[in-house]
Amino acid sequence: MSGTTMRARPWKRRLESLGFGLAVFALVSPAALVFLWMLSLSLKNEVDNTAFPPVFIPNPPTLDNFRAVFERNDFLLQAWNSIVVSFGATGIALAVGIPAGYGIAKMRATKAAVLILIARITPGLSYLIPLFLLFQWIGLTGTLWPILITHLVLTVPIAVWVMIGFFEGLPGELEEAALVDGATIWQAFRHVALPLARPGITVATILAFIFSWNNFIFAMVLAGRETRTLPVAVNNMLTFEQISWGPLSAAALLVTAPVLILTLVAQKQIVAGLTQGGVKGG
Amino acid sequence: MSGGTTTGDAAALSGAAADRARRKRAYARHYWPFVVPAAIVVVAVIVFPWIFTLWMSVNEWKLGSGRSFVGFANYERLWGDERFHASIWRTLYFTALAVVIPVVLGTAAAIVFHRRFPLRGLARTIFILPMMATPVAVALVWTMMFHPQLGVLNWILSQFGIPPSLWVYDASTVIPTLVMVEVWHWTPLVMLLVLGGLASLPVDPYEAAKIDGATGWQAFRFITLPLLAPFLMVAIIIRTIDALKAFDTIYVITQGGPGTASETINIFLYLNAFAYYNMGYASAVVVVFFALIIGLALLLLWSRERFKDAAR
Repeated sequence: MSGTTMRARPWKRRLESLGFGLAVFALVSPAALVFLWMLSLSLKNEVDNTAFPPVFIPNPPTLDNFRAVFERNDFLLQAWNSIVVSFGATGIALAVGIPAGYGIAKMRATKAAVLILIARITPGLSYLIPLFLLFQWIGLTGTLWPILITHLVLTVPIAVWVMIGFFEGLPGELEEAALVDGATIWQAFRHVALPLARPGITVATILAFIFSWNNFIFAMVLAGRETRTLPVAVNNMLTFEQISWGPLSAAALLVTAPVLILTLVAQKQIVAGLTQGGVKGG
Repeated sequence: MSGGTTTGDAAALSGAAADRARRKRAYARHYWPFVVPAAIVVVAVIVFPWIFTLWMSVNEWKLGSGRSFVGFANYERLWGDERFHASIWRTLYFTALAVVIPVVLGTAAAIVFHRRFPLRGLARTIFILPMMATPVAVALVWTMMFHPQLGVLNWILSQFGIPPSLWVYDASTVIPTLVMVEVWHWTPLVMLLVLGGLASLPVDPYEAAKIDGATGWQAFRFITLPLLAPFLMVAIIIRTIDALKAFDTIYVITQGGPGTASETINIFLYLNAFAYYNMGYASAVVVVFFALIIGLALLLLWSRERFKDAAR
C-alpha cells in the first residue's frame, strides 16, 4: 500500500459512513413515517386531516378523536372482547402447548412437528368454513366461544413450535438426575424442566398473544354485533364513516398500541421466537 | 434400531453412556400423555376442518338450502370458472413481486443491521414494527394515504414533480400498490431470518479472502451469498407461502376491487364462502388452493436440492 491511499482514507471513510447513515435512514423511515402519520392524523381535527397540501404537525394537537372513539358506547365492549379472546386463546395454548412441546422433544417425534408445519401452511380461511358450520349446529353463535376456539388454530401451533425448540435445547441431565432419584416423569417436568423453560414460555406467550390480538378474519366471519373484536370494529368504522379520518386513526392506533408497546419492550424475545420458527399467524 | 447397529453402538460408547442412552430410549415412549391435550385440540380445530373440507368439496351445499352429494362437479365448475382462473394468475403475479422484492430488500437490510453502529437497537426495533403491528390498523392508514385527492402519497409525488397516481383505485396500479404494502409489512421478517444467518457465518473465509486481496463485493458474492443460501431459501419459502395467503390488507384496502382487479384466490374464496354462502364450492377452492401452496413449497424445496447438487 502506498502513501496516497493512506492519505485518501479519512475522507473516504467519512463518505462511507455518510452513505451507511443514509442507508439506515432509508430503511427505517418508511416504517417510522407510516406510524408517525397515523399519530398525526389521530391528533388533528377533521379540517387539518383533509387539507391539501397536508398538515403534518398537529397545531394545536387535540384529543377529540380519542374522546370520540371512547364515546362510541361499544368501543370498550369490543376492547373487552379482544382481551377475553386473546388471553383465553393464549392461556389454553400454553396449557396444552408447553407439555406437548416437552413430550414431542423427549420422544423426538419429528412427525408431530411436520403436522404443526402443515397447519401453519394452511390458509386461515380454510379452517373457517367447517368451523363456521359446526358452531351453527351446536348453537354457539352469539358468544365469544367460536372466536376463542378458532384462535386456537393460531396460538396452539406457535406455542407447541416454540416449546419444542426450547426443550430440545435444554441439556436434560438435570431431569435425568431427578428420575434416577425416583421422581416421576411428571415431577421431573413440573419441578425441573418447567422452571428452566421460563424464557421459552415468555416467547410463546408473547407471540401467541400478538397473533391472536392481530387476527382479523376469524372474528370478522364469526362475530355478531356484541362479540366483535377490535380489528373487526375498526374495519367497520372505515366502511361506515368514509372520510372521518381522525377518529379512525385514533381507533387504529389504540388497537395496535398494545402490540407496538409489547414489541418495544420484548423485542429480544420476539426476534428469538420468530427467527426460530420463521412463523407468523394467519 | 436393529440388532447389528446396537452392538456397534454399545462397543463405541462407554458403559455408563450406553446405559444412559438405553434408559433414555426406554423412557421416550412414556412421554405420550404430555401430548394428549394438545393432540385433542389439534384434531378438533385443525384436522377435523381438513377432513370436513374434503367431504364438503364433493357436495353442493348452499347455506340455507340443503346439501346434496355431487361428486367432482364443484371441481369441474372450478375448472371452467374464468373468474377463478383470473384470480390464480393475479395471485401468482402478486406473489412473485411480494417474494422477490422483500427478499432483496430484506437481505440488504440484514447486511446493514449486521454492522455495529450507534442506535442500532432502536433502528432495528423501528424497522420490525410493521410486521408486529395489527394488519387491519396499518391497512386503514395506507387506505387513507392512497386517497387520490387528499392522500399524503400523491402530495409526496407532487413534490417530486410526478403526476398523481390512482393507487388502489385503478385496475392497472392496484396490484403493485398492494405489493408495496406487503413489502412494507413483511420485509422485516426476511431481514430477521437473514440476520440470523449472518450471525452464524464463520469468520475464517473472510480473513483468507482479505489476505488474498478480495474486494468487499467479491467477498459478498463468493463467500456471503453461498453461505447465506440456505437462509435465503427459508426466507423465500416462507415469503411464498405468506404471499399466497395474503388476505387482511387486501381485504381491508380493496375488498378485491376495483371490479375484480385485486381479487386473489383468498378473496375469491372468502366471497364464495361468506358472501355467496356456496360452502361446497368454496371448499373445492380451499382444496385446490392448498394443493397450489403445497405444490409451490415443494417445488422450491426441490429446486433447492437441485441447486445444491449442481454446486457440488
